[in-house]
Amino acid sequence: MTAPVIELDRVSRTYPGRVHALRRVSLRVDPGELVAVVGPSGSGKSTMLQLMGTLDHPTEGVVRLLGHDVAQLDDRRLAAVRARRIGFVFQQFLLTAHLTATQNVATGLLYHGASGSEQLRRAIEALERVGLGHRLGHRPAQLSGGEKQRVAIARALVARPAVVLADEPTGALDSASGAGVLDLLRELNDEGTTIVVITHDLGVAGRFPRRVELLDGEVRHDTALVRP
Amino acid sequence: MSARATTEPLPRPARVRFTQLVGVGLLGVAGRPGRAALSALGIAIGVAAVVAILGIGAAGQAELSARLDALGTNLLRVSAGQTFSGETSRLPREVVDMVARVPGVHRAGGTGSVRDTTVHRTDLTDPRATGSIEVLAARTNLPDVVGAGVRTGAWLNDATGQYPSVVLGSAAAEHLAVDVPGTQVWLGGRWFTVIGVLHPVELAPELDRSALIGWVVAESLLGFDGHPTTVYERSADDVVEQVAALLPGTVNPERPNEVKVSRPSDALAAKLAAQSTFATAYLGLGVVALVVGGIGVANTMVVSVVERRAEIGLRRALGAGKRQIRTQFLTEAVLLSGLGGVVGVLLGLGTAAAWAVNSGWPVTVPTTAVAAGVGASVLIGSVAGWFPAARAARLSPTEALAAA
Repeated sequence: MTAPVIELDRVSRTYPGRVHALRRVSLRVDPGELVAVVGPSGSGKSTMLQLMGTLDHPTEGVVRLLGHDVAQLDDRRLAAVRARRIGFVFQQFLLTAHLTATQNVATGLLYHGASGSEQLRRAIEALERVGLGHRLGHRPAQLSGGEKQRVAIARALVARPAVVLADEPTGALDSASGAGVLDLLRELNDEGTTIVVITHDLGVAGRFPRRVELLDGEVRHDTALVRP
Repeated sequence: MSARATTEPLPRPARVRFTQLVGVGLLGVAGRPGRAALSALGIAIGVAAVVAILGIGAAGQAELSARLDALGTNLLRVSAGQTFSGETSRLPREVVDMVARVPGVHRAGGTGSVRDTTVHRTDLTDPRATGSIEVLAARTNLPDVVGAGVRTGAWLNDATGQYPSVVLGSAAAEHLAVDVPGTQVWLGGRWFTVIGVLHPVELAPELDRSALIGWVVAESLLGFDGHPTTVYERSADDVVEQVAALLPGTVNPERPNEVKVSRPSDALAAKLAAQSTFATAYLGLGVVALVVGGIGVANTMVVSVVERRAEIGLRRALGAGKRQIRTQFLTEAVLLSGLGGVVGVLLGLGTAAAWAVNSGWPVTVPTTAVAAGVGASVLIGSVAGWFPAARAARLSPTEALAAA
């Protein structure tokens, strides 16, 4: 039996001022899954993504990544885990304006310890994989919204992580570009990448094989658990 | 527990090459060229000021010490001084020869003040308006001893010294509006012919405002008493002090304390010292400018960290550790400041060179100033960048990403 990629075990996160963002949430993501975490704003889904991505620590409970308790790791080890095992995609793309698409994607390997030429080679590979082989030298301002998000996805993939965490990846896109990005995520999942997408959009979530519904910091529904 | 047994080991932290982090910092600076230029400007001005001041000071000092070398520091000037009751005491008639016999003295010359004698352009000028030009009887070897050069015409010799001939000091010639030899001037109630005009005499500036005539003619025509009032002598460099100690007793054995002995090159040497004092004071101003420039860089970096929280969050998400974030921002601060330092050094050197050329001084490259300028800017950059870089590193990833 292989360990789950991510495991939340009765995890709570309370912010100062007694805001309970998450209450005793348990969730397991296995390798090769494509999961949508869906809920209205304030439901705690962003907090959940940050905990899964080791960007934040739970107040209670245990977060395990590939079977390892995240609380046991110091800042340097966590940084290394993020560099090699987790890829992030953000709603606002977070591309650097003065860098080309290739350089932006290569940034995903910067903290990996790879040499400059290897970073660029793998960045070009990743861009070709997301269908942007013809946009290598373009800067973000010369790209459409959908293309920018593809560059950001390529950056998340370039280190071949165990899981890609995407926070509202279609939130800043029109529906056609959004659909294109979702198709890309499905293709990548078909090729074996584990992907967790956070969204407030039920229409988006409906296109995923597994949906986890969050409300007021609690899991209300998980399609994986009601299967017979 | 069974799950634990099959877990793969987590990756170890990778060492990011320092050159790559510097590259990131370089791109961070180059990606915002306008801001980089403005914040580097403060440092550039400070460094330019320091380098220019040191450069100008070095060129000025090189010029002064070259001049001092050319003029020599072995000239001593002996004058009669004043008696206890306040009258000007007299030196013996043979004092020049007496001084010349002092051990170590190479040559000696002298002048004697011709009292109550004035010099004018014409006989129509009011005789009371002296124009403060002093009439001096001069020994023929005087220019040789004091290092005076003849600008036009000739110096007095044994022949011309017996006739009404006069050589004018530079300021006296200007005052009398005489620039060609052959002009007549009204001196002591008779016409004297100007046979020469001197260059300014650096070590005996009193000669610049004087009209110099022959010893013989002064005695025969103007009632000069023949007593020298000032003696100049040159000795070997290493015995100047001993000679200076011997001179008072030699020229006035009865009242040696009345004799005044001075070393004219001391004034130039003092100027040399004064210039470096000035430079130090200006240097203080330059350092103030540098500190202000450093505050500018710190300010830019603080703003930068606040503005670039999203970038910091992204980098943390991509696997940057706290240390790597700190190195990146520190690198940017050092680059900004170092850039200003290099520009400032070039500006400062240019200013110093232009100043030196304009003043006719030798152009010198103050290597210590160049090294200090670049070194100081790098140091200031690392100090100015420390606090903002530490703040960037401390920022938690979630806080940083919340700004996106």
